[in-house]
Amino acid sequence: MSETPSYQSALLDLAGRDPRVLVMTAENRAAIRDLPAKLGPRFIDVGICEQTMVGMAAGLALRGRVPVVHALATFLTLRAYEFIRTDVGIAGLPVKFVGAVPGFLSDGNGPTHQAIDDISVMRTIPGMQIVCPADDRELCACLPQVVASPAPTYVRYNATPSKLEHAPYALGRAEVLAEGTDLAVLTAGFLTPKVVDACAILRGQELDATVLNLRTLAPVDEDAICAAALACRVLVTVEDHLLIGGLYQIVTEILVRHRISVPVVPIGLPGRWFQPGRLGEVLEHEGFTPARLAERFRAFETTR
Amino acid sequence: MSTDFAELEAQARRVRAHAIRLATNGGCFLGASLSCADVLVYLYDRVLRVSPRRLDDPHRDYLFLSKGHDVPALYGTFVERGFFPAARLRNHLSVTDQLYWHPNRAVPGVEFHAGSLGHLLSVSMGVAMDAKLTGGPSRAFVLVGDGELNEGSVWEAALVASAKKLDNLVLIVDRNGFQANVATETLLPLEPLGEKLGAFGFSVVELNGHDFGELQRAFAELPRRAGRPTAVIARTTRNKGLPSLEGKADRWFVDLSPREVELLLEELGGAGHASLTSEPLVVR
Repeated sequence: MSETPSYQSALLDLAGRDPRVLVMTAENRAAIRDLPAKLGPRFIDVGICEQTMVGMAAGLALRGRVPVVHALATFLTLRAYEFIRTDVGIAGLPVKFVGAVPGFLSDGNGPTHQAIDDISVMRTIPGMQIVCPADDRELCACLPQVVASPAPTYVRYNATPSKLEHAPYALGRAEVLAEGTDLAVLTAGFLTPKVVDACAILRGQELDATVLNLRTLAPVDEDAICAAALACRVLVTVEDHLLIGGLYQIVTEILVRHRISVPVVPIGLPGRWFQPGRLGEVLEHEGFTPARLAERFRAFETTR
Repeated sequence: MSTDFAELEAQARRVRAHAIRLATNGGCFLGASLSCADVLVYLYDRVLRVSPRRLDDPHRDYLFLSKGHDVPALYGTFVERGFFPAARLRNHLSVTDQLYWHPNRAVPGVEFHAGSLGHLLSVSMGVAMDAKLTGGPSRAFVLVGDGELNEGSVWEAALVASAKKLDNLVLIVDRNGFQANVATETLLPLEPLGEKLGAFGFSVVELNGHDFGELQRAFAELPRRAGRPTAVIARTTRNKGLPSLEGKADRWFVDLSPREVELLLEELGGAGHASLTSEPLVVR
């Protein structure tokens, strides 16, 4: 396994190679502490002003810049939503939004900080790409393609290390992390390594699952989803997002459109905020550890 | 410095006539268009380094119309400056063109779309910031309505403009005293507006937005203070140029009959005092 670059070193590398790249933040510096000194005036901290930050990013993009806008996912996508939609979305400007601590990663913060509706709101903006890295390496791997793309893009920040071995990154293409024909589990982002581990547990119980890491939810790899649905008897979607507007609905919309009739089991947040706490305990409480996920996959498999 | 503004006054009268002609067969936001017409004419004629031949010049000045619904005055100004022919105004509200109630970039000269209040101060700041980063000469001018100052995003952006020392930014407030339906001071009082913007770090000048001499003095030297954004509070009159409608709260958006358009054009030319029979409209 090659040495994993950090998010901020990846940004620094991109900024070094591409003078269009700027980094902006609404004083959310935890992941980018070294950048002010290294980027100088190309690091723009506007203070806790998400709306102004997004409006300014649109103005900077009008002038040919590619702003990487880093802020907490829930305040970025909700407080500044109309600025994202109206200034960046309508103009189709190449602003790159990076939402920190999405989904379960807000751990002990509580519902105010729970970005579990971010995918839902961002995918309604025409032309918006949505990228969900599975771990730190995928986060760094996606950034060059995200920055090179002319489209506005939302990246669900996830710098959690994992032991996954990834296929080369291609924006809009899924990767197959395990192959089986008993069921196919579709996921993206932080929960991907948990799903892989859960399926490894099932393999010991003679239940073989395909694991599809979708990587991006817009554009989404429709071919991979349809192929998984046709090859397996059942699909499971796993997401740290509300079941409204997220992965489950993205997948089921595609299946309906392609007239593919298979059971789809949604595992996500069914219309409520999750219980805040230490991340490990949250995952246990909400049923998203590998062991708990394996039980949930198995429970469906044995009762259908 | 020339103090003969006869040509500018004639140009502003033609811009107002264009706007009045757009106020039929679907109508337009006439009141705010007529209040900012003199400011726009002055900026495009005497201040902004932009012309139809340099719409893509990265060193041009940028004007952002933030309240957006005053775009008939901008369309009229563009016609007078040769950005597009007057005949195109006949396409207003036709689905075959892009001339509608709010500005968009498909119209030559429009730098950015607007319509949702409280956006373009921050967008213009991005342009000003980039000009600073590149060392370019571009300046960003942004025209906001006084009602628009209800939006918190304007004040948030003002904090940032000052903190980032954007002295190539000029905020112009079309202080016509009205928001959509009511006088600003009866709903959310803005005064003392100059002191507020000054306290936010702007170099502030208050003037009569219909007096070209005062506009000339205010814009003669920018930035007014190094390291500070400029704010120009242009005191104006809603429906300026049409005494029968000036300062009327219920004539913000109008949809006139062709006969009423003719009467108002006569009134603009100094003849008569139009008496409108069309329904006052409130569309917000």
